[in-house]
Amino acid sequence: MAPRICALCENARAMLKRPKTGQQICRDCFFYVFETEVHNTIIQSMLFQPGDRVAIGASGGKDSTVLAHVMKTLNERYGYGLELFLLSIDEGITGYRDDSLETVKRNQQQYDMPLKILSYDELYGWTMDAIVSQVGRKNNCTFCGVFRRQALDRGAAMLNVDHIVTGHNADDIAETVLMNIMRGDIARLGRCTTICTQGEDTIKRSKPFKYAYEKEIVMYAYFKKLDYFSTECIYSPDAYRGHARVFLKELEAARPSAIIDIIHSGEAFEVSEEVKATQKSQQTCIRCGYMSSNDLCKACTLLEGLERGVAKSGITDRGRKQLESQGPTPDNLRTIPPFKLPSGNPTIAIEATS
Amino acid sequence: MATISLKVEFSGGLELLFSNQRAHTVELSKSEPDKPTLQDLIDWLRDNLLKERVELFVEDGTVRPGILVLVNDTDWELEGEGEYVLKSGDEIVFISTLHGG
Repeated sequence: MAPRICALCENARAMLKRPKTGQQICRDCFFYVFETEVHNTIIQSMLFQPGDRVAIGASGGKDSTVLAHVMKTLNERYGYGLELFLLSIDEGITGYRDDSLETVKRNQQQYDMPLKILSYDELYGWTMDAIVSQVGRKNNCTFCGVFRRQALDRGAAMLNVDHIVTGHNADDIAETVLMNIMRGDIARLGRCTTICTQGEDTIKRSKPFKYAYEKEIVMYAYFKKLDYFSTECIYSPDAYRGHARVFLKELEAARPSAIIDIIHSGEAFEVSEEVKATQKSQQTCIRCGYMSSNDLCKACTLLEGLERGVAKSGITDRGRKQLESQGPTPDNLRTIPPFKLPSGNPTIAIEATS
Repeated sequence: MATISLKVEFSGGLELLFSNQRAHTVELSKSEPDKPTLQDLIDWLRDNLLKERVELFVEDGTVRPGILVLVNDTDWELEGEGEYVLKSGDEIVFISTLHGG
């Protein structure tokens, strides 16, 4: 095939076809449009204020590494005036997380940002390895997702940041929309496409990569030669999300704009009034103070099940009944430390860069 | 019989399917006047180098959706995908996007 000229600068040779738009563009133009689209997302959604302290949820994987790189680039290029931190959660998965944390430590050097690592073990007393040995491989992702969400908020509170950003990309959000439809999870369906979530009792959290295609993130990382860790979590192959992911990839192959279109459909959903009336309103957990839809937050519920030897009590009806039949909660049960929003003073020292 | 030598690289976790080795050198042959294409390379890799889990690399005869293919650093979609005619010395990179971020 004859070499094509870049559709944007009409100067250099086209090196790639953008999965998002089908445009054939050169490498430099690709970097520019990718970065600029994220910048536009940030500005249009008014995500940040000058002086904000922002924690980047960093796993060492492709999305968070590229996010750290792009946030740093845009912060400098457009003068956002942000203080950036890397926040990493160690779930305790041998052979997966310990390797990816090495990547995050390298990222800290490469991007010159302070890094805080918080582990499930120190926070909950349970590693994912231990949890899987109790729960098996089918429902373990529920534990991990719930525990990680709280862990990020707690780590951010310790660092006294105003905002957490995560590397969720367009594919992730489209998958979530599909998953919530498939499972009839109306409460989540109404929330999952919001770019920035803020509650009274939680730290602001946004997804600057909401409209960035996963393929483009990988291409960006490859051409910029960014250092990232790339293996599937050893416990994930049986996760429900896998079904949505496979389906989405096939949809994308047939029609690349499907990913963005699904997100737009998700944004256009409005939960009907009758259904809204049946939804639970938000309160705080009576045990640890984190946000919750019930008296006990999900993390405390799951942890109680683990500690009392009925790991699935937070997952299945049968497990719940089994736990209830055991009697009331014992007094000396291990619990999660109380949660407090940032007070203005960091409570822990950050590992500073050299 | 025309034989060409190619450099093949696997990334994004794909290397685990190919003896945990990222870089490979591959010799492909095809009887003249036909020249080997990228599709021939994919078939050859599946039959000769792929050590396990064929379905994680190929699907319906071509690479699984979610795997990027670059030919000399250029997107294979700009080079005709599977129909691209290989030349000796070409560098082909297969990158998987199917993993956590």
